Amino acid sequence: MNTLPQQLANGLLLGSMYGLIAIGYTMVYGIVQLINFAHGEIFMTGGFGALTVYLALPSGTSMWALVPLMLIGGAIVAVLIAVGAERFAYRPLRGAPRLAPLITAIGLSLALQEVVRNFYPDADRARAFPGLDNTHDIGSVTIKDADIFLILAAITCMAFLALFISRSRTGRAMQATAQDPDTAQLMGIDTNRIIVIAFAIGGLFAAVASVAYGLKYGNIDYRMGFLMGLKAFTAAVLGGIGNIYGAMLGGLVLGVAETLASAYIDGIPGMEQLGGASWANVWAFALLILVLLFRPQGLLGERVADRA
Amino acid sequence: MRQRSMVIFTSILTTGALTLTACGSRDDSGDGDSGDGGSTTLTIGVDAPLSGENSTTGLGIQYGAQIAVDDANKKNTVPGVKFKIKALDDKAQPATGQQNATALVGDKSVVGAVGPLNSGVAQSMLQVFSSADMVQISPANTNPELTMGKNWQTSPKRPYKTYFRTATTDALQGGFAAEYAYTGLKKKNVFVVDDKQTYGAGLAKLFNEAFVKAGGKVAGTDHVNTGDKDFGALVSKIKAAKADLVYYGGQYDESALITKQLKDAGVNIPLFGGDGMFATTYIETAGKPSEGDLATAIGVPVDTLPGAKAFVDTYKAKGYKGDYGAYGAYAYDATTAIINSVKAAKAANDDKLPSGDELRSKVVEEVQKADFEGISGKLSFDEFGDTTNKQLTVYQVEKGKWKAVKTGTYDPS
Repeated sequence: MNTLPQQLANGLLLGSMYGLIAIGYTMVYGIVQLINFAHGEIFMTGGFGALTVYLALPSGTSMWALVPLMLIGGAIVAVLIAVGAERFAYRPLRGAPRLAPLITAIGLSLALQEVVRNFYPDADRARAFPGLDNTHDIGSVTIKDADIFLILAAITCMAFLALFISRSRTGRAMQATAQDPDTAQLMGIDTNRIIVIAFAIGGLFAAVASVAYGLKYGNIDYRMGFLMGLKAFTAAVLGGIGNIYGAMLGGLVLGVAETLASAYIDGIPGMEQLGGASWANVWAFALLILVLLFRPQGLLGERVADRA
Repeated sequence: MRQRSMVIFTSILTTGALTLTACGSRDDSGDGDSGDGGSTTLTIGVDAPLSGENSTTGLGIQYGAQIAVDDANKKNTVPGVKFKIKALDDKAQPATGQQNATALVGDKSVVGAVGPLNSGVAQSMLQVFSSADMVQISPANTNPELTMGKNWQTSPKRPYKTYFRTATTDALQGGFAAEYAYTGLKKKNVFVVDDKQTYGAGLAKLFNEAFVKAGGKVAGTDHVNTGDKDFGALVSKIKAAKADLVYYGGQYDESALITKQLKDAGVNIPLFGGDGMFATTYIETAGKPSEGDLATAIGVPVDTLPGAKAFVDTYKAKGYKGDYGAYGAYAYDATTAIINSVKAAKAANDDKLPSGDELRSKVVEEVQKADFEGISGKLSFDEFGDTTNKQLTVYQVEKGKWKAVKTGTYDPS
C-alpha cells in the first residue's frame, strides 16, 4: 500500500492547525513586535470555552447546531482573554524594554494554565470533547469529518483574513500601523484599536483551531497549548514572522515535514535510530534552525508592506 | 535588524523550553490528619504523580496509603504511635521525584515512603533513600532492573536493600501479555510502540522478545514522546504494516489517543498494554474506540479479593479522586507493611520506639521479614525485595468497563 498520500494528508491537516494558531503570533508580532507566548494558552482556553458550551447544551443536539455554537463559545472566551491580556498585561508595558513583555507573556501563559487546571472541573486530566468521527475513503486516503471541518475552517479563515486585510478600511489601517505605528497615528489611525483588533483576530483563529483540535482528537487538556503554541510559533518564524501568508505556509510546511520525517526517515538505511514518531519534534526544530541559518527572514520573508 | 535578533533569541528560548516539557505546579496538598496530642506521630511519605499525566493512578496510590493509615490509627495497630501521610507530587518527572525523596529524608518524622508510580522516577530516588537507610515500597514499579540490577537476566544482583515493591515485574508482565496475545487472542502480527520511558520501553522490549519466542511476528516498531497528541503518521504506518494487534508500552495518556486515532482511521485492531494504562481514564478519554482493548495488571482483580471489599467501600464512601483499581490495594498493603514494621521494631526494642535513624534502619530490616495477609493477598518479599505474590490479570474493555478475562502466573523459562 502506498502510504504517501495518507501521510501527506496527515501532515497538511496538522499543518493547517499550526497555521491557524500561527496567525495569532504573526499578526501581533507584525503590529507591536511582541511575541505573545501566552497565545498557546489562548488556544487552550478557546477549547475549554467550546467544551463549556457543549456541556451546557442538552445531549443529543445535532452536530450541525452544536459545532457553530461551540465555535461561538470558544471564540468569545479566547477573544476576551486575548483582548484582556493585551489591555492588562501588555499595554502597560508598551514602552518598556523588549524583554519585559516577553517575560510577562511567559508568566501569563503559566497563569492561564494553572487557572484552568485548578478551577475548571476535572481539568487536571484530559476532558472528553465530542468528536466528528465518521470516516471517508478517498482513494487510499482516509479522512474523517473533523478533518474536513479543519480544512474548510482553515481555508475560510484565511480567505476572510486576506480580504479583510487588503480590502477593508480597518485592514488597511492595520497595514499602515504595521509599517510605521507613529506615522499611522499621525494620519489619524487609532493604533490602540488596531492592536486590540490584531489580538482579537488571533484569539478568534486560535478558537477555531482549538475546536478543530477537540473534534479531531476527541479530548482537550490544560497543557495542550504548550506544545501547540511552540509549534505554531515555529511555523510563524518559518514562514516569516509578521507575514500572514507566511504563517499559514510555515504551518503547512512544518506539519508535512514533521509527519514525513516520522513516517519515512526510519526507513532510510542507516537512519533507523533517527526516525519514528519520537523524533518528529527534533526534525521540526532542525528545520527551523536550517531556515534561520540560511533565510533568517523566513520562507516568505517579513515583507514590510504585507505585514499585518 | 533588531527584530530579527529578537526572533532568533526567542526561537532559541523556544527550543530550550521544549526540552523542559515539564509544566504545571507543585501541589503540596494531601497531608493527613495528625495524631492525638499525647502520642508520637510518625509520617509515611507518599510520592506519586498527583497532577497532570498519570495522576489518576497516582491519586489511587495516595488515597490507598491514606486509608491504610486511617485504619491503623483506628485499630491502634501500634499503641502510642499515630501515623499520618505526607503526599508529594512528582508529576511523573524523575528530577521532581528526587527532590521529593530528599524532602522526605530530610523530614525527621518520616519512617518510610510509599511510591512512586513510574519506574523512571524510582531510579532517581533509590540512591537518596539508600543513603538515608529509609525504606521505600513501590506499589507500582514494574521495571526488573530496580530490584535485580542492570544484568537482571544473566546475573541478578540487588542494588539497594532499602527498595521493595508489591508489584510484579515486567519480566513476567510482558511475557504474560505476549503469551495471551499469541495463544489466547491468536494474534500473529503485532506492531510494538513504546514511549521511551524506563517503564514503557522495558515492557515493550520484553513483550517483543516473548512474542517472537512464542512464534509470533513483529510487524514493526515505533516510539512516541510522552505528551504527543497527533499520532496520524504512526497510525498510517500501523495500517500499512497490516498488523492485527498493537502493543503499547507506556501510560494511558498516550495510548488512549493512539487507540482512538487508530480506530478513527478505520484500523479496527485492539490495542494491548501494561498496567500503566489500566485505568478508567483510559476508557473515558478514548471513548468507544477503546472497546476490545486489553491491558495486563498486577495481581488479581481488586473487586474479587475478599479482604479488599472494605477498602473499596471506604474509597468510594470517602469520594476520593483517582482510581484505586490499579494500585490502590497495593499502596494500602505497602503502607501496612511499613506500619507493621514499626510495630515489630518497637516490640524488638523492649516496647520502646527506637529513635530517629535507628528506627528507619530497623524498619528496613523488618520490612524484609514482612509476612502477613494483606488486602491484595499474602505479602512477603524475596531476597531482591520483590513481592512473592506473582499473580497477573489480563483485562479487556467490555461495554465501557475493564473486565478481567484471565488471571494467572507466567513462567519465563
